[in-house]
Amino acid sequence: MAIRINGTETRAPADPRVSLLDLLRETLHLTGTKKGCNQGACGACTVLADGERILSCLALAVQFEGRSITTIEGLAGQDGMHPLQLAFIEHDGFQCGYCTPGQICSAVGMAAELARGAPSAVTTDLGAATVRFTGEEARERMSGNLCRCGAHNGIIAAITQTYAGAAL
Amino acid sequence: MSILDNAKAAAQGAAQAVMKKAVELAPDAWVPGGKPDPLIRSKHGLIGAPISRIDGPLKVQGRAKFAAEFPLDGMVYAAVAFSTVPKGRIATLDTGAAEAAAGVVLVMTHRNAPRMNNMPLFMTAEKAAGGDNLPILQDDRIHWNGQPIAVVLAESQEQADHAKSLIGVTYAQEPAVTTLAGARAQGADIGMFQGQPLKTTVGDAEAALAAAPVAIDATYTTPRHNHNAIEPHAATIAWHGDELIVQDAAQAVSHMAWSLASVFGLDERQVRVTSPYVGGGFGAKTLWQHQVLGAAAARLAGRPVRIALSREGVFRIVGGRTLTEQRVAIGAEADGRFTSIIHTGTIVMTRHNAMPEPFILPTRGAYAADSFKLEVEAVYMDMLANTFMRAPGEAVGTFALECAVDELAARLGMDPIELRIRNEPAKDPIEGLPFSSRHIVEAWRAGAARFGWARRNPAPGAVRDGAWRVGMGCATATYPYYRMPGGAARMKLTKDGSVRVEVAAHEMGMGTATAQTQVAAERLGLSMAQVSFGYGDSIMPGVVLAGGSQQTASIGASVMAAHHALTVELLKLAGNDSPLAGLGADEVEGLDGGLAKRGEPDRHESYVSILARARRDALVVEAAAPPPLETQHWSMHSHGAMFCEARVNAMTGETRISRFLGSFDCGRILNPKTAASQFRGGIIMGLGLALMEETQFDERKGRVMNPSLAEYHIPVHMDVPEIDVIWTDIPDPHAPMGAHGIGEIGITGTGAAVANAVFNATGKRVRDLPLTLDKLM
Amino acid sequence: MTPFSYTRAGDAADAVRLGAFGGAKYLGGGTNLVDLLRETIERPSALVDVAGLPATIEEREDGSLLIGAATRNAALAEHRAVRSHYPVLARAILAGASAQIRNMATVGGNILQRTRCAYFYDDEGSRCNKRSPGQGCDALDGFNRIHAILGASADCVATHPSDMCVALAALDATVHLQGPAGTRRLKLTGLHRLPGTRPDLETALEPGELITAVELPALPAGARSTYRKVRDRASYAFALVSVAAVLEADSGTVREVRLALGGVAPKPWRARKAEDALRGGPATVQAFRAAAESELADAAPLRDNGFKVELAKRTITAVLGDLAGVAA
Repeated sequence: MAIRINGTETRAPADPRVSLLDLLRETLHLTGTKKGCNQGACGACTVLADGERILSCLALAVQFEGRSITTIEGLAGQDGMHPLQLAFIEHDGFQCGYCTPGQICSAVGMAAELARGAPSAVTTDLGAATVRFTGEEARERMSGNLCRCGAHNGIIAAITQTYAGAAL
Repeated sequence: MSILDNAKAAAQGAAQAVMKKAVELAPDAWVPGGKPDPLIRSKHGLIGAPISRIDGPLKVQGRAKFAAEFPLDGMVYAAVAFSTVPKGRIATLDTGAAEAAAGVVLVMTHRNAPRMNNMPLFMTAEKAAGGDNLPILQDDRIHWNGQPIAVVLAESQEQADHAKSLIGVTYAQEPAVTTLAGARAQGADIGMFQGQPLKTTVGDAEAALAAAPVAIDATYTTPRHNHNAIEPHAATIAWHGDELIVQDAAQAVSHMAWSLASVFGLDERQVRVTSPYVGGGFGAKTLWQHQVLGAAAARLAGRPVRIALSREGVFRIVGGRTLTEQRVAIGAEADGRFTSIIHTGTIVMTRHNAMPEPFILPTRGAYAADSFKLEVEAVYMDMLANTFMRAPGEAVGTFALECAVDELAARLGMDPIELRIRNEPAKDPIEGLPFSSRHIVEAWRAGAARFGWARRNPAPGAVRDGAWRVGMGCATATYPYYRMPGGAARMKLTKDGSVRVEVAAHEMGMGTATAQTQVAAERLGLSMAQVSFGYGDSIMPGVVLAGGSQQTASIGASVMAAHHALTVELLKLAGNDSPLAGLGADEVEGLDGGLAKRGEPDRHESYVSILARARRDALVVEAAAPPPLETQHWSMHSHGAMFCEARVNAMTGETRISRFLGSFDCGRILNPKTAASQFRGGIIMGLGLALMEETQFDERKGRVMNPSLAEYHIPVHMDVPEIDVIWTDIPDPHAPMGAHGIGEIGITGTGAAVANAVFNATGKRVRDLPLTLDKLM
Repeated sequence: MTPFSYTRAGDAADAVRLGAFGGAKYLGGGTNLVDLLRETIERPSALVDVAGLPATIEEREDGSLLIGAATRNAALAEHRAVRSHYPVLARAILAGASAQIRNMATVGGNILQRTRCAYFYDDEGSRCNKRSPGQGCDALDGFNRIHAILGASADCVATHPSDMCVALAALDATVHLQGPAGTRRLKLTGLHRLPGTRPDLETALEPGELITAVELPALPAGARSTYRKVRDRASYAFALVSVAAVLEADSGTVREVRLALGGVAPKPWRARKAEDALRGGPATVQAFRAAAESELADAAPLRDNGFKVELAKRTITAVLGDLAGVAA
């Protein structure tokens, strides 16, 4: 079984120790996915597995045979960058840019979670079928993505612009 | 430092003192910045425009290449083994299993490492960049817990990491000093910083304190911190014969090329260090042992090497900010006027570095007082060399100073802002120099109005909102304007009228590439698209450290010099047939793609036309910035007024920052979009310093116990409120572009603003960072 | 990482067959195990991937819930029945880790996650009886702010870091096991061991035994439940103290109460002393505080974690007060 990465099938590594992150970065040279801690603490390695955000550093590549992975390199569409990528530029949602791909992939995953009404730790009414987008919801849900330059305000502003008005 | 070094430094100091006096007394016009940069006058162009980052599209698509992202043919991966004792010798070292492991190319230890010189210690020479000056795998000695003892190279990172775990080592331990008490017992020195002792005495501050009608005298402590840039240190290293090429994560490319050359006995021109993108630096991305280890191993193996430190590896071999224990005492008259300021205390460092965290620096310029006693004492431990971290000195020094001012205001029954303004100095309180630009009172007034300071209840513990106690606090932010010697720039004008500017500078997220493209385009009278800014390569001109918030000024002065040279050459080429004939370089300016007489825009010739008439494809100039004498002629600082609203849970002591405002006076702001991000970034790191950051150093073994982003807490999104930033935008007439670097000032004052807000919320004065909930329950 | 083989199990029987070999370990989401492999704290020779085993959540007629052990944490917290009937569980899961980790981590793996003690993690440089039995414990006199105040021993003071398990303990969850000797069930509160003199033995699982499911009995009608986590950051940090509580109060009297604590003990700590003190008594702040006092009477704080004693008391009191609708 192969792993589908940004629409292209690739074979799982022979060495099962290879993480999904290292497969992306070292074998496929898809270095947009970043290694910040390699211990599941910073979120820089966030990618989408069948649309769900995960940490590729804590994933052995072999676990993802048969799955479909989207990385930052796979987010742009035919007609250019993803709206969230453009919003990150507009709102200065980064400085050094190292946590940025993880923040963006994470936010794309978060938007899907919000859209289906998944609650978070700050959702007051667990029983509600829908969740209202608020700055607090976005901040809680993005807390797995660390940023050391301090671009938090710009990141949340970019996410808000992109998703607050969407059908959530 | 040795006694001899101290003597040398003192002699140097005496010579410097004579020079310094001459510069102080020189007429303004003789000093760089004496004639204001003409760009200060341009009001409606690119300078001050909120332009999005020019590297933004690359970064949001993951296409900006960082140091560990350059694959090389035949490249092998490195893993580093670290010592687990603080001092002694390696007794036995068994590398057999590691060498036999699959994929292993080399195991390098002190037994087989090439002979190398120690790294030149940062600040001991113009281009010295080393974090320590210890031997690197040259002998069996251990100097700190975490020191590299072996490097494994293998075909994959997994193989290298595994083989590293197979190395067997035992130590003959020797007594080590790893406790603060033990370090104190060994005696203390006055810290030497940039060749000067960290000791300042004006009058008899102790006597004035004793005589003061109102006083505060308290001790504040701050723990060790680590930079924790999200990009761990990494380098991709290759030898081509005797030439060394290093793709690095660096905030000092020229320094590192020179320093690596020194380590390997090469000529500086044989080493090239490039660093186009840096995933955060904050003072840490200089030369540490890993680049040397990687280069040595690459030479030994005859293969290019990728050495990417693990997060733990960064904690083990890249130093952080050291701990401080500070006494601040302020004596005041009943009207609040300061009669005495005492700021003394102790920091910990090592015998193999030169960074006595200079926490007294902010106190040297913040307030007027009749007497001062400022002193930093250094004690020594056997530990990893501590180093510069964002606003070294000021970040933790302002915590102590500005908490003390708040405590004094409470004793006086005065508003803490009014107390600060009452003690606003007319000139530099220590040096006596005039300020180049100081509008901190405006910053205080504007900030107070915007933040709603008037709504603050001065009584501590008086405001409650449900489960939360609510308080407001404020503090002064301050950071010097620095410009270091060595700045230079190259400009290449091509016949299509576009210009390439090159400086060996750095983009770690500060927005340098964007802002400097704006500045150069404005200076040249070109559009952004017609200017490209090259940086991050040691073969470019200039010795430009991205540190001390000096890069903006250093590049600015360098580009001014290069632009002047370009203008001189262009006027020569233009000759007598040009509308510009007869004009000197100071009489013209860049305008509409060419040169024009100042004030007479119609007297203009385009660059394209000048080069075409001269039959030139291109014109290249290179020039050095003048020595930074302005910093000795004026007292040059950035200023800020920080406002915090904190909510403290009455039951648990959890603290949440609900509002924060930074009101800054930092000269002219070149790009409000990227500048706001830098201010906010500094403030957010300051929130981390205030609330959660602490490197846990186990004094029993001198070992860092939380070398991890899970256990070393930095703020997450949920910890960060919307942070408001405003600025005076008043140009400093004596700085290039009228601008100051702003990368560090945001972290200054923030810790105190938080602690003061927490005091206002709860009535609890916490003088020991971080303000974790156990201290507030 | 030490080299290992990797096999995906097709079903539980397959997994147990593969897992019966010495040196084999089950791999769920990997969020803890992969980290421990990388730190060489875990050195299995074989990984048996059980993440593809049943991840269904079955709502049964008796009102109980049967949760496949491979269910992802996020899916469990999001499930309609969990949100409606077991808010304490949804809240506990959502308070743990990050969204990315919750999307990966399985229920079975979460239960078996290992401590965050810094000395346990420092394979090369520190002593740890849990990692290397008999070596000694550097946490006893070291940094122990996050360590246990209840149930620890002279050999180990590490805490169990899970949030989810604290809720499961309060919910009287039962764990379904399958091993070489067949299937059995165990109360979650009986699954984790206290360290005693063998801190390396963390659970009552037999070698090769696999968690296949977790069963939650129905809560009494009228019971309310919630989870409160106190930590050093506003999000994404392990608990200093957490409280999972289920309370059924009627006319000011406690009919039923189940209380569990996180961040204070080597296992999810069911606060039975407090429960016994409360059951049948008044649902008042004073009674809640008194019950908390009784539970914490045996607390044995260390150098850095003395604050947890009062913090636990306050948090218990406040959480029960919230559920009972009586203000402090």
